[in-house]
Amino acid sequence: MTPPPPALWAQGLGAAYSGRTVWSGVDFRVDQGSFTAVLGPNGAGKSTLLRVILGQIRPVSGRIEVFGSIPLRGHSDIGYVPQGPLYDPDLALRGRDFVGLGVDGHRWGVGLLGTRQRRLRADAAIAAVGAQDYASRPLGRLSGGEQQRLLLAQALAGEPRLLLLDEPLSHLDVSHQGAMVHLISNLARRLRLTVVLIAHDVNPLMSHIDQVLYVARGRMAIGRPEEVITSASLSAIYGAPIEVLRDSRGRLFVAGLEEEASHPH
Amino acid sequence: MLSYQFMVNAFEAGTIVAIVAGAIGYFVVLRGSSFAAHALSHIGFAGATGAIVLGLSPFFGLLAFTSAGGLAIGALGDRLRGRDVTIGIVLAWALGLGVLFISLYRGYATEAYALLFGQILGISSRDVVLSAIFALLTLSALLIVYGPLLFASVDEGLARAKGVPTTALGVVFMLILAVAVSEAVQVVGVLLIFALVVTPAAVSARLTNRPGRGIIIAVLISLGCTWVGLGTAYFSPHPVGFFVTSLAFAAYLAVRAGERLRSALRPRPAPAAPPG
Repeated sequence: MTPPPPALWAQGLGAAYSGRTVWSGVDFRVDQGSFTAVLGPNGAGKSTLLRVILGQIRPVSGRIEVFGSIPLRGHSDIGYVPQGPLYDPDLALRGRDFVGLGVDGHRWGVGLLGTRQRRLRADAAIAAVGAQDYASRPLGRLSGGEQQRLLLAQALAGEPRLLLLDEPLSHLDVSHQGAMVHLISNLARRLRLTVVLIAHDVNPLMSHIDQVLYVARGRMAIGRPEEVITSASLSAIYGAPIEVLRDSRGRLFVAGLEEEASHPH
Repeated sequence: MLSYQFMVNAFEAGTIVAIVAGAIGYFVVLRGSSFAAHALSHIGFAGATGAIVLGLSPFFGLLAFTSAGGLAIGALGDRLRGRDVTIGIVLAWALGLGVLFISLYRGYATEAYALLFGQILGISSRDVVLSAIFALLTLSALLIVYGPLLFASVDEGLARAKGVPTTALGVVFMLILAVAVSEAVQVVGVLLIFALVVTPAAVSARLTNRPGRGIIIAVLISLGCTWVGLGTAYFSPHPVGFFVTSLAFAAYLAVRAGERLRSALRPRPAPAAPPG
C-alpha cells in the first residue's frame, strides 16, 4: 500500500514578487497531520509562501505539490485564516453568517437548497472554536480575538485538510496566544488537519510544532525547532553572528539581528 | 388616483425601481460604494443630455454612460478605494458636460429638470415594460452572483483565496449598479439617487445583521418611501422627489433615534467601587 502523499512537497521552489526574487532553491516536505511553523523576519516572504500554496502566485522556478497535485486557486481542501486587521465596526453581518460563507460562499447562486446543511456546518465550526456566545453578534463589533476565532471557524466550515494561518497570534496578548495555539493544536489532532502557521515568536508554539520552516535572506531552512533555531543554524542563514539564548523557562531569544536586537524568537 | 393611466404607470415603474434599488443598495452600503453610486448617476447625466442633443432616447444615453462609468470604476477596483477626490472630480466634470449639452439643445429646461429630479409622473406604459425587463435582468444577475458577491464584499482577500474572481465580480457589480441607477433616475432623478439606493439600505443595516433579511428590509423601505411619496405627491403641488427623499430621511432619523432611546433606557451598570 503506497503511503499517502505529503500535504505539501516542494523542490527547488522559487517565488518572485513585483519582479524581485523573494526566495529560491527551496526544498521542503510537510506530512499530513503535522504542525509546521513558518518563521522569519518581516518581508522575508512568509506570506508569499502561503500565496504560492493557495495558487495565487505561480512559482518562478521549481515544483510544488499540494496533496500530490499542483496548487489550484480556491482549492477545496485548504482552509485559510488571513492576517487580521479588524473589520469595520459598522459591518452589519452576523459572525454566524460570516462562518456560513466559508461553507459555500464561493459558489454561484443563492444556495437556498443548501441552507440547512450550511447552518449545521457553520454551527459545528462555531462550536469547535468555542465562539457560540458571540456568533450572533455583528462581526464589526467583536474584539480582535473573537474575530480571529470566527475566521478560524470560517476556515473549518469548508471542511479542509490543510489549514493555513497567517500570523494568527500577532494581535493577541500573551495569555490569549497560548489559548489560541492550544485550540488550533487540538482541532488539528481531532479533525486530522495539517497545519502551517506563520508566526513571529516560536515560544507559544514550541510544544506543539513538528517542524519549523525558517524563511530569511532568500532561502528557507527546515527542520525540527531545536535544529533550526540554534546559534549555528541561524548564523549560517543570516551570514552574521547570531546567538540563540535560552532563559530559565526554556524560552528562546535571538540576539544579533540588527533590526531586531534581542527580539524574542 | 389610480383611474389615471399616468398614475398607474408611475406606481408600476416606482415599484419596479424600488425593488431593484433596495436590493442593490444593500450591497452598495456593505461595500462602501455609495459615493460610486452617486458618481454613476452624474456620469449618466452627461450621457442622457448628450443623447437628447443627438435626438436619441435619453434613457439609453443614460444607460450607456453609467455602464461605461461602472465598467471603469469596477475595473480600476482597488486603485480607486478611498479615491473619493478622483471620483468626485470626474463626476463634477460629467455634470458640467451635461450642462453644456443642455445649452446646446435649444429645447426645454424641463428635460433637464426631469433628469435631475425625476419625472416619474411622465412615464409611459412602454417605459414600464422596459423597466420591468431591465429589472428582471439585474435581479437575475444578483441572484447568480449573490454568494460570491457577499463574500467578496465582506472580505475581499479571503474570498479571493477561496477562488472568487473578485475583480471581475467588482465589474459585474458596478454594471448591475449602473442599470439600477439608470432605472432609479426615472423616479428620483440624478441628484436624489441616494434616497432610493443608499438610505433604505443604510436603515436596514441598522435594523438587522442577517444578509437575507437585510435585503428584504431594504426593499420594503424603498417600496414604502416610493408608494407613500407618490401618493402624497398626487394630492399636493410639490414634487415626488421631495416626498420620497423626505420619507427615506425620516426613516433614517427614526432608526437613529430608536437606537439612542434604546441605549438610554438600558439599565446602567453600578458605579465602580473607589480604590483603596
